[in-house]
Amino acid sequence: MPIRDKTYDVLVAGGGNAALCAAITARQAGASVILVESAPKAFRGGNSRHTRNLRAMHDKPNAVLTDAYTEDEYWDDLLRVTGGNTDESLARMTIRASSGLFGWMRANGVRFQPSLTGTLNLGRTNAFFLGGGKALVNAYYLTAARLGVEILYDSEVISLNMDNGAVRSIDITWRGFPETLHARCVVASAGGFQANLDWMRQYWGDAVDNFVIRGTPYNRGGVLRNMLGQGVAAIGDPTQCHAVALDARAPKFDGGITTRLDSVPFSVVVNRNGDRFYDEGEDVWPKRYAIWGRLIAQQPEQIAYSICDARAFPLFMPSVFPAIVADTLEELAMKLKLDPAKLRDTIDAFNKAVKPGQVFDGSKLDGNATEGLAPNKTNWARAVDKPPFYGYPLRPGITFTYLGVRVNDKAQVLMDNGKPTGNLFASGEIMAGNILGKGYLAGFGMTIGTVFGRIAGQEAARRARN
Amino acid sequence: MRETDAVINARREIEVCNACRYCEGFCAVFPAIEQRRDFTAGDISYLANLCHNCRGCYYACQYAPPHQWGINIPATLAEVRNESYAEYAWPRPLARTFQRNGTLLSLAAALCLALVLFLGIRLNSATNFFGAHGTQPESFYTIIPLPVLQAVGIASFGFSLLALAMGARSFWRDAGPRDKVTPSALGIALWDVLTLKNLGGGGNGCNDNSEAFSMRRRYLHHAMFYGFLLCFAATCTGFVYHSFLGWPAPYPFLSLPVLLGTVGGIGLIAGSVGMVAMRFADDPVPNVARLRGGDVALLLLLALIAVTGLVLLAVRATGAMGLAMSIHLGFILAFFLMLPYSKMVHGVYRTAALLRRAVERTMKPLGGE
Repeated sequence: MPIRDKTYDVLVAGGGNAALCAAITARQAGASVILVESAPKAFRGGNSRHTRNLRAMHDKPNAVLTDAYTEDEYWDDLLRVTGGNTDESLARMTIRASSGLFGWMRANGVRFQPSLTGTLNLGRTNAFFLGGGKALVNAYYLTAARLGVEILYDSEVISLNMDNGAVRSIDITWRGFPETLHARCVVASAGGFQANLDWMRQYWGDAVDNFVIRGTPYNRGGVLRNMLGQGVAAIGDPTQCHAVALDARAPKFDGGITTRLDSVPFSVVVNRNGDRFYDEGEDVWPKRYAIWGRLIAQQPEQIAYSICDARAFPLFMPSVFPAIVADTLEELAMKLKLDPAKLRDTIDAFNKAVKPGQVFDGSKLDGNATEGLAPNKTNWARAVDKPPFYGYPLRPGITFTYLGVRVNDKAQVLMDNGKPTGNLFASGEIMAGNILGKGYLAGFGMTIGTVFGRIAGQEAARRARN
Repeated sequence: MRETDAVINARREIEVCNACRYCEGFCAVFPAIEQRRDFTAGDISYLANLCHNCRGCYYACQYAPPHQWGINIPATLAEVRNESYAEYAWPRPLARTFQRNGTLLSLAAALCLALVLFLGIRLNSATNFFGAHGTQPESFYTIIPLPVLQAVGIASFGFSLLALAMGARSFWRDAGPRDKVTPSALGIALWDVLTLKNLGGGGNGCNDNSEAFSMRRRYLHHAMFYGFLLCFAATCTGFVYHSFLGWPAPYPFLSLPVLLGTVGGIGLIAGSVGMVAMRFADDPVPNVARLRGGDVALLLLLALIAVTGLVLLAVRATGAMGLAMSIHLGFILAFFLMLPYSKMVHGVYRTAALLRRAVERTMKPLGGE
């Protein structure tokens, strides 16, 4: 229960990885800390509970990472995915700090999977949490509670009341009841706004009704919007979000990792009208899955259908929902509510355009292309003709939004005039746009959250205690 | 294994696991899931018996209740496991013994106790049964003659071993064909059994009743298991002493059988009582409350065997020996008879599941990027 007449040293808005890192660090530095998490305990942790790993620079193999991943290679990867939409000095600072996180994370209860095991081929660049992000969040909450961080669940920060560049008081709801709290410093770690469909609707219109939100329904962006409304400097394109192709049968929120579909490169993908609309085999799937969300969002009714045959079916990971199966293409079209004649035409045209006599190799870009189609499929093109036929409906799945608040290297939030706020810091998704302005790098969100969470916690505690 | 509701639900949950795979570092169950794409009822029984119920996956699961998918692998597999015990029970009509196992086990213990006491008192004179026999050789057998003891012991234990073997055979066949069992696979399985590696959540221990990890359950199980083995070793040593070396019981306090039995008995008591206490402090969600009775009854029976054994050791020279021995043997008789119809069967099926896992460990996971 929050104490009304107490002035906390640090109030942390949010309850995911970045918030917890900030709260634990501030508490370890001697500050009194209260953490305000909008979700109930069972769903605490924001999108961190759906994560799995953290991207870390390292010069030599260690217990959880193989080989080496240097600062420059890491920076090159970031530069490539963001297309330069990043801040080099903040980015390099984050990358360098990522090499020193393991000791601190372990000391605060995080457990890692040993390297060389694991399903995904990221053992060199990414350290995997044992049990995934929810296990990490659990460990941090245990540590925070043990250290004496006061934790409020079901409690939402409504307003950081700012005056002259500093937060004077904080309005929250505590289990539905309004309260006003006081803190010397505030760390805003409350994520993006992808679960706020009305806000998303401003940029995407009614298409958002057909979007699936992969993560927590609690990231509604209230803290972000509140700060931006008080002269805090924004960063990142508000209209942009990370959108992947998901199984359309996914729940509207919180479907997490299991609803992804890896079938596209080995399929023919058609829209509602039965037409192909993009090269399914442009590149390997890890490099393409994030563009497909947008591609599907641009199709009528924001839906697409991945169609493959019995030869292609074993080539990709099982998804959480069973494929829709039929012995003929016409029957499959009926089941998918597509025009059977149209689907037959599209597949026949595709099959005719496949060049005969090529060797198929699902493990690399095999150059098996179609000829004369618009668009062509440039790899893994193989006739779809061996029954049974399998279909999956696809929708855009939103992972996160890019809009955030501008910060400096001390995690201080900057005002529109470029000056740092006196006592307001930010960490995690809410400021990730400073570094990751576009695109995506697996496990980098957790790296930014951990690095900036610790900086924000340290700086907030130092300022509050002086 | 039949297609029961529990199996169908387990399949749904396991297919979510197979699309997620975050838990693969916890134990053998998840890597075994990743090697499959379709799950027969036999596969699910195999996975259920491979699960050591450490609950790490439940607390780590982003889809655990109250998420609408309600993924709760420890509870779901515990349900299937219990059904599999009934499925493989031999002879078949005794499958029903797993329905209300706690009640049945308690009843069996009470009946065996009454039977041995009744016969002990009925077939002995009061002076013999309640007389102090000191530590003279063969004093025990003045109450129950050795041939009777041996005949009943061998018959009941022998039948139970046969029943367990028949169950193991059904389990092994149910999970379908597999590669040849190699000596190295046997070694790996034995190591996994003796160390309870999979009760370690990747080396961190179990989630007893919260997100926190602890080695308590693993250590208590070790105390119980190795205590049990020491007691068994004590019995075997006594048998060798008597039959081959001509040294009849009772043996002095510092003799090998008594030392083994004492240390083993203390371990058995500490382990089983500790596990009973943990069972009552469990988080109800990743557990099946209905199954607690059978678990607790067995643990208490084991503890009672050990306690009465130690009491017998303490009073063996006094007039209470006859009574103490009858009670001790009554509990042992119940244990022998109920061996294949109690939670004890988990040892057999889990060992078999670990062996199957050791055989298939070199297979590659399916899918993945």
